[in-house]
Amino acid sequence: MYQFNYARPKTLAEAEALLAKADDPKLLAGGQTLIPTLKQRLAMPSDLIDIGGLKELDFIRAEGDAVMIGAGAKHATVAQSPDVKKHNPALAALAEGIGDPAVRHMGTIGGSIANNDPAADYPAACLALDAKIHTSKRLIEADQFFKGMFETALEDGEIVKEITFPHPEKAAYMKFPNPASRYAMVGVFVSKGPWGVRVAVTGAGQNGVFRVKEMEDALTKSWSPDAVAGVKVPAKGLNADLHGTAEYRAHLITVMAKRAVAAAG
Amino acid sequence: MSNAAIGEGIGQPVRRKEDFRFITGNGHYTDDIARPRQTWAYFLRSPHAHAKIRGIDTKSAETAPGVVAIFTGKHVADDGLGGLICGWTVSSKDGTPMKVGPHPILAVDTVRYVGDHVAMVVAETLAEARSAAEMIDVDYETLPAAVALAACQSKDAPQVHPEAPRNTCFEWELGNKSETEAAFAKADRIVKLDLTNNRLIPNAMEPRAALGEYDKGTGTYTLHTTSQNPHVARLVLSAFVGVAPEHKLRVIAPDVGGGFGSKIFIYAEETACVWAAAKVGRPIKWTADRSEAFLSDAHGRDHLSHAELALDKNGKFLALRVKTVANLGAYLSTFSASVPTYLYGTLLSGQYDIPAIYVEVDGVYTHTAPVDAYRGAGRPEATYLVERIVETAARETGIDPAEIRRRNFIRSFPHQTPVIMAYDAGDYEASLDAAMKAADHKGFPARKAEAEKRGKLRGLGFSSYIEACGLAPSAAVGSLGAGVGLWESAEVRVNPTGNVEVLTGSHSHGQGHETTFAQLVASRLGIPMEQVEIVHGDTDKVQFGMGTYGSRSGAVGMSAIVKALDKIETKAKKIAAHLMEAAVEDIVFENGTFTVQGTDKTMPWAQLALSAYTAHGFPSAEIEPGLKEGAFYDPTNFTFPAGCHICEVEIDPDTGVTRIINFVAVDDFGTIINPMIVEGQVHGGIAQGIGQALLEHGVYDPESGQLITGSYMDYCMPRADDLPSFNLGFTKTVCPSNPLGMKGCGEAGAIASPPAIINAITDALGIRDIEMPATPARVWAAIQSRPRAAAE
Ligand SMILES: Cc1cc2nc3c(=O)[nH]c(=O)nc-3n(C[C@H](O)[C@H](O)[C@H](O)COP(=O)(O)OP(=O)(O)OC[C@H]3O[C@@H](n4cnc5c(N)ncnc54)[C@H](O)[C@@H]3O)c2cc1C
Repeated sequence: MYQFNYARPKTLAEAEALLAKADDPKLLAGGQTLIPTLKQRLAMPSDLIDIGGLKELDFIRAEGDAVMIGAGAKHATVAQSPDVKKHNPALAALAEGIGDPAVRHMGTIGGSIANNDPAADYPAACLALDAKIHTSKRLIEADQFFKGMFETALEDGEIVKEITFPHPEKAAYMKFPNPASRYAMVGVFVSKGPWGVRVAVTGAGQNGVFRVKEMEDALTKSWSPDAVAGVKVPAKGLNADLHGTAEYRAHLITVMAKRAVAAAG
Repeated sequence: MSNAAIGEGIGQPVRRKEDFRFITGNGHYTDDIARPRQTWAYFLRSPHAHAKIRGIDTKSAETAPGVVAIFTGKHVADDGLGGLICGWTVSSKDGTPMKVGPHPILAVDTVRYVGDHVAMVVAETLAEARSAAEMIDVDYETLPAAVALAACQSKDAPQVHPEAPRNTCFEWELGNKSETEAAFAKADRIVKLDLTNNRLIPNAMEPRAALGEYDKGTGTYTLHTTSQNPHVARLVLSAFVGVAPEHKLRVIAPDVGGGFGSKIFIYAEETACVWAAAKVGRPIKWTADRSEAFLSDAHGRDHLSHAELALDKNGKFLALRVKTVANLGAYLSTFSASVPTYLYGTLLSGQYDIPAIYVEVDGVYTHTAPVDAYRGAGRPEATYLVERIVETAARETGIDPAEIRRRNFIRSFPHQTPVIMAYDAGDYEASLDAAMKAADHKGFPARKAEAEKRGKLRGLGFSSYIEACGLAPSAAVGSLGAGVGLWESAEVRVNPTGNVEVLTGSHSHGQGHETTFAQLVASRLGIPMEQVEIVHGDTDKVQFGMGTYGSRSGAVGMSAIVKALDKIETKAKKIAAHLMEAAVEDIVFENGTFTVQGTDKTMPWAQLALSAYTAHGFPSAEIEPGLKEGAFYDPTNFTFPAGCHICEVEIDPDTGVTRIINFVAVDDFGTIINPMIVEGQVHGGIAQGIGQALLEHGVYDPESGQLITGSYMDYCMPRADDLPSFNLGFTKTVCPSNPLGMKGCGEAGAIASPPAIINAITDALGIRDIEMPATPARVWAAIQSRPRAAAE
């Protein structure tokens, strides 16, 4: 690690003020991505602003037809939340499948989506569930939030505060983990709700999470595993590495989509 | 036997003595040690696979905060230090010795793999050392690298060492070529197979570490390091590298968290730390982080082979010929030349009576990390080749895989193979039968049919393996090029109060010696195990030892202890005879008590021990005071653990995921001292074998030579949920060559299991071969390219 200044603000407002003042600041939440990056000296922020302890960001509430999750909610908290389990069991199951217990008890939903790792799980849920991302400055629709590998619509000094997940009628997430990292090699989140039908894929795309329109159309016509079984996603634009070819990932998208629809019932 | 000893005797699953301190965090590992005025080392490593060093500018780094000193290859050379050595000389077919390029401790003018050591920065803190290293300006002229093994011997390939044209270190052969050719000429059938044995990266839980110290007052150097054989490290560092004379260098390998071979070798980092400690006049500490471990620990395996098996019309093997290209990496590591030759070619007869064998092995340099022994070392590669081609022969001839093995088993002992080894004892059919029963071989067709109904593919694979362990008779290895003898030493020190210290040259880094060795000593002396302390890993305490590898600690290390105990008993009886006024021949020692035969005169062990030290009234001409004996044991033969592993897999054709449904291992290890520890060794070995077969793969980019699998994000270590519950069994033929009848168990799992798994997968898919690791992606691709007939 390189040297940096460390601050642990007590309020969101204080965090914002610190962010605005510092030279090249970075927010620190659960640290599960940022700390390893710092240890490997791949980042050199001037200031770390630790929002890990902010009570304001650590909540889960069910209100009306949505669940509100604070950016500081840990994966384990989401996985075990009675509200999430009741209204959005697919989301709870997704959180339960992130990393290992240590990661789930440190890592946060806000950190995960702000980081937008192309193989992370939450981005698929946000996109497929038509989530609203509330920041310190504005509201961003999930469709507008994820901008490619490790890229989001967040501007400098903008803090994710809350993610609102409207209740789905049906939803499920199927993850095919990379054998080594256990991140998603292909993760498919399918949903049906007020927004219609959505199919979001993480892990496979070179530009991160994306929706599969053909599958959404097919499922809109007929919500059944067979409806997506015949939809082939082109391999072009998908990742290829030592863990699998683009063709393999394309094939897995169909298999995982089929299984997700079956699981969603 | 004394009451306490009954529960602790040989064959009892005694809980490990050492676990209390490990589990409670009270172990003492190298990194736990902190010395006053200690400094930290950081090694600047090459970012290139191959480059000339035009210059190294350390000026601004030297003035960076906290920097104590910076050393480069020039400093090392100016100080007259030698390079690292390979302790085994292999010769080519034409009789010329292997072609060895220099292996400098810090690179001089060329770097040869990503991670090669370029400079050592010593600073007050690790962070300061690392920051200063970033300020070192190395002027590299990057050069094309020889990375892909298959292409490295071509005449256009970039050269790793000018000493070795076409990157060929040796072209070794073993066996009888003309007899083999003749057998092939009259064969009814020839089965051919091309095989890849994937590169593995060891990943011991504790990374390598070193603490170098120098005592100016006495001129003595001390090196704490993560070594499997501290005496060998001291010998190499003094006699070859020239750090210090042997008697002025103390090497201590305290608690060591796993080695799997990777900590046998003498590496640049610990050498530099102990050498530089005198230069800076302060202790120097270095601990590898995991990324450094991936780059710089010696890797394992990495072979390309072509094998051909000749059979007669009854499925009897007539001859085997093999051509292997073995990756040695950029430099010869301490035992690297022996691994793909004498530890590999000599095992190609497997459990079978094969009248003629001929093997050629080219040892090849590449611009990758050095490759050396890794759990099994050569024997997994041999077993993989033999058991894969035998399985292929079964399929091509239509003979049942178990039956073709039975037809070819060696059944009378001793058996001289055409490739050096003289097998002394074994019953291969017994382990095959036991394994088939445990695997419910009969029920397999029904299980396969049931799986098919669910759209899943089942397969069953055998591996009837043999290994040569208990390394090794000194004369034998000496004649084959070893620079050392492979005996072991032991010393038994009885204290006046009757408890005992046993000093052994075997090093324990997970094997549980403190328990098994104590079981042996306690049962022999009739005292409780807690009165026995096993001392190892310190060259100041143990006079000499060859260390732990090659499943040798039981068969060789414990045999040395037995020899020392024999001497203790002889002397103790002499003392007892004197004290009880009887003839030595009349003294019986049993259950910790000396008795004059036919009388009621007895003397307990503790009293005798005390008397040995009070020595009151000893006839000093006949009996020396004290009770301490040492012994060196040199084995007369290798030992030959063998057995049968059977794996049943179920494959999901939609995803290519392979699930191990059942894994049966039936092993013949001869005498077993502690079955719980043995089972643990087998479990660990199979886990590593499953890792090799399904998960692990060390991959370099073929162009740039960058290590792609440099972290757990890409290098897939087996996790608990990758493994089934193992189904273990044992058969027993006693090893005739050592006093306890032990064969060794440390490597069997890793040696035997990979072919069982791949045989099962290829059986399930109806294909000839699939490369390890058989990842879901590869399995799926294999399913896509199956010929229609096989795909059904
Ligand atoms: C071993 C391991 C396995 C993992 N496996 C998985 C997996 O299977 N699936 C998966 O999805 N993830 C996985 N992760 C990643 C994990 O989910 C991380 O927790 C997550 O990516 C980042 O969350 P964090 O709270 O730790 O963020 P941090 O590491 O603290 O921060 C990450 C980034 O987000 C920024 N940031 C944090 N909070 C906010 C905020 N409120 N507003 C704006 N920016 C913010 C930070 O500045 C930083 O740039 C794994 C991580 C590890 C170490």
